[in-house]
Amino acid sequence: MSEARISRRAMLSGGVAALVTVGLRPAQAAAPQLTFDDLYGSVGVLGLTFSDKVKQLAGQTVTMRGFMAPPLKAEAAFFVLTEIPMSICPFCSSDSDWPDNIVVVYLDAKQTFVQPNTVIEVSGTLEYGSWTDAETGFVSLLRLRGARFDEA
Amino acid sequence: MRKLLFTLAATTMLAGAAQAATVYPLDRATILAGSPFDFKVEFSETVKPEDVKVTVNGQDYKAAFGAEATFTESELGKDEKKLGSALILRKLVLATPGTYTVEATAGGETKSVTWDVYGTAEQPKAKNVIFLIGDGLSVAHRTAARIMSKGMTEGKADGRLAMDDLDHMAFIGTSSTEAVATDSANTMSAYMTGHKTAVNALGVYADRTPATMDDPKVETLGEALRRQTKKSIGIVTNSELQDATPAAVVAHTRKRADKAEITGMLFDVQPDVVLGGGSAYFLGKETPGSKRKDDKDYIKQFQEAGYTLATDKAELTKAAGTNTGKILGLFHTGNLDTVLDRDFLKKGTVGKFPNQPGLVEMTEAALGQLAKNPEGFFLMVEAANIDKMSHPLDWDRAVVETIEFDKAVAAARAFAEKNPDTLVIVTGDHTHGVSIIGTVDDEKPGDEMRAKVGTYADAGFPNYVDANKDGYPDSIDVTRRLFLAANNGPDHYETFRPKLDGPFVPAVQNEKKEYVANEAYKDVPGAVLVTGNIPRDGDSGVHSVDDVVLQAAGPGAEGFKGYMEQSDVYRVIVDALALAPAKP
Repeated sequence: MSEARISRRAMLSGGVAALVTVGLRPAQAAAPQLTFDDLYGSVGVLGLTFSDKVKQLAGQTVTMRGFMAPPLKAEAAFFVLTEIPMSICPFCSSDSDWPDNIVVVYLDAKQTFVQPNTVIEVSGTLEYGSWTDAETGFVSLLRLRGARFDEA
Repeated sequence: MRKLLFTLAATTMLAGAAQAATVYPLDRATILAGSPFDFKVEFSETVKPEDVKVTVNGQDYKAAFGAEATFTESELGKDEKKLGSALILRKLVLATPGTYTVEATAGGETKSVTWDVYGTAEQPKAKNVIFLIGDGLSVAHRTAARIMSKGMTEGKADGRLAMDDLDHMAFIGTSSTEAVATDSANTMSAYMTGHKTAVNALGVYADRTPATMDDPKVETLGEALRRQTKKSIGIVTNSELQDATPAAVVAHTRKRADKAEITGMLFDVQPDVVLGGGSAYFLGKETPGSKRKDDKDYIKQFQEAGYTLATDKAELTKAAGTNTGKILGLFHTGNLDTVLDRDFLKKGTVGKFPNQPGLVEMTEAALGQLAKNPEGFFLMVEAANIDKMSHPLDWDRAVVETIEFDKAVAAARAFAEKNPDTLVIVTGDHTHGVSIIGTVDDEKPGDEMRAKVGTYADAGFPNYVDANKDGYPDSIDVTRRLFLAANNGPDHYETFRPKLDGPFVPAVQNEKKEYVANEAYKDVPGAVLVTGNIPRDGDSGVHSVDDVVLQAAGPGAEGFKGYMEQSDVYRVIVDALALAPAKP
């Protein structure tokens, strides 16, 4: 019931992209598409607020398109999805300066790194709120869990 | 002759082997009399405490220093590796100026260093010091800013920059303790402590242990002012306030990336006016947008300490009109945008942070507030984006930032005009590998952009227009524009054009952590691939080792002349403020 509703929305908002996804991976087609512009309702000096769309879709499978940042560590269980290809850190020798609007992706199974100039499409269960990765100490605000990805 | 040389070389090597110990502060350190600093000796072997002998001008150190150091049998490195024994004495104070020769011996190791502990003038020459730093400011930035902002006719500049007329000048060497090369941390640290240190280090000597908070500390200017004066302190930057340059006024860490901790150090010294970006490190981790890993809310702590908070241009104007005396201005979660993005193109992050103040507004607000203190003030103003745009080889943005920096210099000089007891210092912290080699002229024939580069007589003069006389060219995208070229960088596409869609991102990282040319610029008409000449893990253009030009005016400025180390700059500042007058 709800799947049908979301599917319609994805078809409408995702446009051509959604159609292509349907053709390639029927199983994922029902997942609503989330863009980097959709993540936050407001952005300001005193913090960000999650968008209504993120709050509504939390716990559901969504798809996102972006670029895969090179893994923090080879053995890390996650990678960072970014809106533009990462050039970190352009200005210093620190790894701590990520953009505000990153999404951390935890994969179901190991997948190989995709070249930096390539757009990927990730699907996974959306989760929001501050969370610290136990292994690396990496703090994230938005995550896709149980995820898999393909070149878009 | 050959035999003699060989013997000399062999002797030198032997002497080197016997001197494996390291003493901090290092040999030839210059130390402000009365300033607390940490004394440390590192032996390369494990030695017995009773075998350690340390003398100061021939006298046992315990008597000379009036305190006993803590002995550590073996310091541990990475993976618990034993590094050798160490002796450390925190917060040592040498009140009497003079030459101190410190010799440390244990086992077969010995090391002798000589420190110059200096006093200052009895009476201050200056009441206020305004220290303006263009991060990465190189000669090319400055020449380009003059030509772009003021114009040039028949080879003569049509106007002068505010920094052009500061009447005292010095060449500054910026090398670090570990290398000829340098970064903003160790250079600004040297300016703000009088001690050179290592790349990435702030307010400490870089010792051998991996921990970043245990390195031997030296006093910062912020702390010296709090110890010796009732002057106000101001910090203005368009980077994150935790970034190396502003941090150096107050911070102690081996690693400039310790930004959460640096926020705490800023709070410890509590500069009266603090304006910049980096609010992400002021917010507890539960607040989305925070970059802290704990729950500390520094915005609340600063407010409770009496600071008026301003989060945009309008709030800064309002706060500047209050009489609280303390302003915390946070205008971005990260670094503020460039003038070009803020006021002309509306690119970068201007959509998210539309009302960021510029460097000139921040400088004027800070001066207005700090000048209320009858005891005077120290103000540090940093134009951070000159560097932040030079790294990604975005020369147009870097030059327009230099014009804005010069306007902040003009604001400082206008203040000094009315308050002649003000020392104004203008400098960079390091240089970039960039030069102006001529122009790019779209009207030149052919499709190849390279053919449109004008050199020598063919360069002509650029055709920037400043119809509204605001000092900025009305457009940077003119048909005949300055051509600035980097002498180093990663693989990237040279487009020969200003980047109107947002700051240049020359290279992106692959899975091997190597930087490859960003293909987003591949299809710009006329773009050519420039093969990099630095290691492949280098993400952007690097700092150069060339000297920095410092200029100054006002009482005490005569101390700047000839060639100076960046650590010598501190001595001129503290002398102008008389921070270590001889005790009667």
